[in-house]
Amino acid sequence: MSDPLDVVVVVEDEPQMRRFLRATLSGHGFRVIEAGTVADGERAVAQTPPSLVLLDLGLPDGDGIELVRRLREWSRVPVIVISARGREDDKVAALDAGADDYLTKPFGVGELAARIRVALRHARGDGGAAAGAVIEAGPIRVDQARHEVAVDGAAVKLTPIEFRLLVLLAQNAGKVLTHRQLLRDVWGPNAVEHTHYLRVHMAALRRKIEKDPARPQWLVTEPGVGYRLRDA
Amino acid sequence: MTDDARPDPDALLARIQAEEQREARAKLKVFFGASPGVGKTFAMLESARRLKADGVDVVVGCVETHGREDTAALLDGLEVMPRRVVDYRGVKLPELDLEAALRRRPEVLLVDELAHTNAPGSRHPKRWHDVMELLEAGIEIHSTLNVQHLESLGDVVQQITGVKVRETVPDMVLERADEIELIDLPPEELLERLADGKVYLAEQAGRAAQNFFQRGNLLALRELALRRVAARVDSEMLAYRSQHGISSPWPAGERILVCVGASPGSERLVRAARRMAEGLHAPWVAAYVDPIGQPPLGDKDRDRLEANLRLAESLGADVVRLSGRRIAETLLAYARTQNISRIVAGKPTHARWRDRLRGSLLDELIRGSGQIDIHVISPIERGGPPPAATGPVEGAGPWPYTWPVAAVAVITGLGLVAYDYLTQADIAMLYLIGIMLASLAGRGPALVASSLSVLAFDFCFVPPRFTFAISDVRYLITFAVMFGAGLAISTLTVRLRHQERSAVQRERRTAALLAFTRDVADSDDLDAIAVATARHVEDSLGVAAAVLVPDDDGGLGSIAGLAPLAAQEIAVARWAFEHAATAGHGTETLPGARILAVPLEAGDRVVGVVAIQGHQEPRILDPEQRHVLDAFARQAGLAIGRARLDTEARESALRARTEELRSSLLSAVSHDLRTPLAVITGAATTLRDDSAGLGAAARAELLDTIVEEARRLERVLANLLGITRVETGIELSREWVPVEELVGGALTRLETVIGDRAVEIDVPGDLAVAVDPVLFEQLLLNLVENAVKHGAPPITVRARRRDRAVEIEIADRGPGLPVGAEQQVFDKFYRAPGTRAPGVGLGLAVCRGIAAAHGGDVVAENRTDGPGAVFRVTIPLVGAPPAPPPEPAELAAAEASP
Repeated sequence: MSDPLDVVVVVEDEPQMRRFLRATLSGHGFRVIEAGTVADGERAVAQTPPSLVLLDLGLPDGDGIELVRRLREWSRVPVIVISARGREDDKVAALDAGADDYLTKPFGVGELAARIRVALRHARGDGGAAAGAVIEAGPIRVDQARHEVAVDGAAVKLTPIEFRLLVLLAQNAGKVLTHRQLLRDVWGPNAVEHTHYLRVHMAALRRKIEKDPARPQWLVTEPGVGYRLRDA
Repeated sequence: MTDDARPDPDALLARIQAEEQREARAKLKVFFGASPGVGKTFAMLESARRLKADGVDVVVGCVETHGREDTAALLDGLEVMPRRVVDYRGVKLPELDLEAALRRRPEVLLVDELAHTNAPGSRHPKRWHDVMELLEAGIEIHSTLNVQHLESLGDVVQQITGVKVRETVPDMVLERADEIELIDLPPEELLERLADGKVYLAEQAGRAAQNFFQRGNLLALRELALRRVAARVDSEMLAYRSQHGISSPWPAGERILVCVGASPGSERLVRAARRMAEGLHAPWVAAYVDPIGQPPLGDKDRDRLEANLRLAESLGADVVRLSGRRIAETLLAYARTQNISRIVAGKPTHARWRDRLRGSLLDELIRGSGQIDIHVISPIERGGPPPAATGPVEGAGPWPYTWPVAAVAVITGLGLVAYDYLTQADIAMLYLIGIMLASLAGRGPALVASSLSVLAFDFCFVPPRFTFAISDVRYLITFAVMFGAGLAISTLTVRLRHQERSAVQRERRTAALLAFTRDVADSDDLDAIAVATARHVEDSLGVAAAVLVPDDDGGLGSIAGLAPLAAQEIAVARWAFEHAATAGHGTETLPGARILAVPLEAGDRVVGVVAIQGHQEPRILDPEQRHVLDAFARQAGLAIGRARLDTEARESALRARTEELRSSLLSAVSHDLRTPLAVITGAATTLRDDSAGLGAAARAELLDTIVEEARRLERVLANLLGITRVETGIELSREWVPVEELVGGALTRLETVIGDRAVEIDVPGDLAVAVDPVLFEQLLLNLVENAVKHGAPPITVRARRRDRAVEIEIADRGPGLPVGAEQQVFDKFYRAPGTRAPGVGLGLAVCRGIAAAHGGDVVAENRTDGPGAVFRVTIPLVGAPPAPPPEPAELAAAEASP
């Protein structure tokens, strides 16, 4: 899952959590640089530069969200934020500030590896994001050039909005997209508060894509945050 | 007439007797509990040990330790009297040795279990009889009692618990107690003690005990006990208050009463009485008698009277306003009930003929005084003892005089016309009728009518006619009769009028007080009482009124009526509040203020102030109005005091409940956090230290255990956080969300928990609710998880729209809910009996909290269509979701450009 040279900067103030991440990431072949504060984190990213940043949101000298904003001024390094359940607003703020994904504490190593894999893939531009390309996620096949969607080989008719939603999610397969990001990209910057539109169209999309829309396998809801298209 | 402003004399006498008796009789202290096992005996012994340490001669008469070591340990070092063992049908019954106790005569004797029935053949059938005898003998008794043994509560207790209580104690015994100490224990702890075998069950063996020791019963009994004690506090407060109407402490020696009237000389009387009281170190009372059937005082006199009374008050007198037909009689009657030893009265200054005519007040006082000394003081100026009667107010103004004149004119005309047909006696009779009618208008019109009639009759009809000369002396008698009749009738009329008016006033006042009392009697809401007080005072006195109570910062704030008050007015109220005395307009303190502030007292503390202000300009209230205001203030003070007590009782109950919750939280949390932690620690250390000896299967099992327990820990924490959130009040960020998405989200998160269990979903795709998506998903998640843990598949999730609400049902095919537990399952820390499923019992409590925060509800019941439970969430629909802008139904290749 990693090149031998991949470096991960872990910004986390809890020593136990750092120890766990160090052990796990080293085991997966990453070189790990640790930072305990926002300032150390920013310095580490500037000096290394890393392939990925794992960022805890609650840091002793400041807010992780602020670090995301500062990093985004000069770096496109993928950032995965780590936060506790119940702090959905923080996650959304971090994602809207430019973080790539999030992990909710506590998480298993499987989840961590999957998130890192997706983030690295998208950063390297081999996530199928190329315009006009055909994107496949599980049984879903989106032909961007032909405006065609098929599930398990059977063609599915989508409305323009549904299509655009699906394309966005598919281009970012495996990554979470916040309500705001989806609304802005599909409806435009004036519609970012109209979460209800999004929900209605997502429901319609699910009904066309999912076998059982009440137990979605692919178009997953991230409560309070947004949606994610699972990548197989 | 009973005077509301002063304590009822009978009640006072009873109070004094009770007090004296109490002093003569020894003290009874009762440790009072809600049920067996709360620790009364323990508390009693602990207090006894403290007394002993203080050098008090404490002896244990009889104490039932029920073989409990900790209680028995407390007996160490205390003198324990040997029991008298009674042999009853072969059973040895150890009883209190009354004779020995009377011989030993300790300062304090401990006698456990007031309700105990003595063995047959004892001197008294019940132990409380023994206690009474010991008290009579002057021995202080400490004893214990459970609320269910109170005679008056027997029926209630039987209704609550289904257990017939045979051993009862008359309420009189508890009322006799000088001190009651409530021993309180939350039911949960009691049940725990019961489970640990720490509660001795003598009478209610077996099933009965099981019935008795139910949480519900214990709660009800606890409430009974708390209320009983609260009621006692209340009545003590009332007793204190009624006693406080007179000065305290109750003196044994001299008591002085000064008669105060409206005359300027009364001021001197007041000062003289003060000097006398000071010299004798005696309390003194200033009394004013409002004479029934006499015309009321004029404005000037009234003001002077009020000033005199205020002076007396400010010099330390208790001021009473009495009313009675005869002033002397009323004063003496009052003096006798109050143990007055001296009466100070003024020397009469009016002419002697008035005494001849009306009877002398002083004379009557002296004649009726008996053992009471009468001191007669000379006023400096003109004026006399109370009250200085002024001329009649009735009939003032010119109007009442027009129609006596008219009546005489008409009668005279009639007489002239019919002169030939009438005798002079007939005409005189006609005039008499006129005088009678005119007399109804008052004394003045009567005099006018009489004089005019006499003149007209003399001039027009008495020969020689048309002169004022009289030929026959007998006509003088006719004239006298005419005058006399007029005077007599008018006097009677005036008196009747006054009586009628004061009756009406009295009635009005009583009605106003009654209405007020009714309004505040059942209220324990401070604001409601304040509003009612302000309204009634305003209605009855025709003024603007405000009720001020202390706020949390120690300042006084108006909570009802007239607001806002100026700083100066608040200062007046503040003075009244701090000094427990009336202040402001028309008083000796801050008389320049626009308002009059009267303290509201409950027992020994001031709980607020009622302030009044005249609508146009400030005015002094007349005695009648002051009277009403004082009565209102007293009632309001008591009501507010009661409301405060209620609030305090509620707060302490809340504290107890919080305490109880905290302890159950601690025990639940320590169990539910420690168990998984212990497992994780154990498994992890095994893997680290003993990995060599483990097979692959064992390692895998240990690893699985660690992951599983860690997840369990997380769920516990999530619910703990959830309950904290819903209990501290949540801010919802509501959005319209399709129910399908919420259900889908919950099921996705529960994927591993659900595993391959069958889940049937029946949710219309177009059904949406306005909820906080994160919280509501948590609710659904908890319900589904609950169904997985406690039920059996298939699990059904079903949503429907019902009128203006959405109903979501989560049902399973498990064993269902224990009957009667349909509500309890939502209680915090409720665990289904015998359940081994992990969890703190918070999940459903969180559900209820979230549903309630959304204005909805969640209920549980057993399925009617076979086994299993169903949980039903109802969320009201408010408004409708915004319709998204329309778009073409299908993707048209031309316009789609992602």
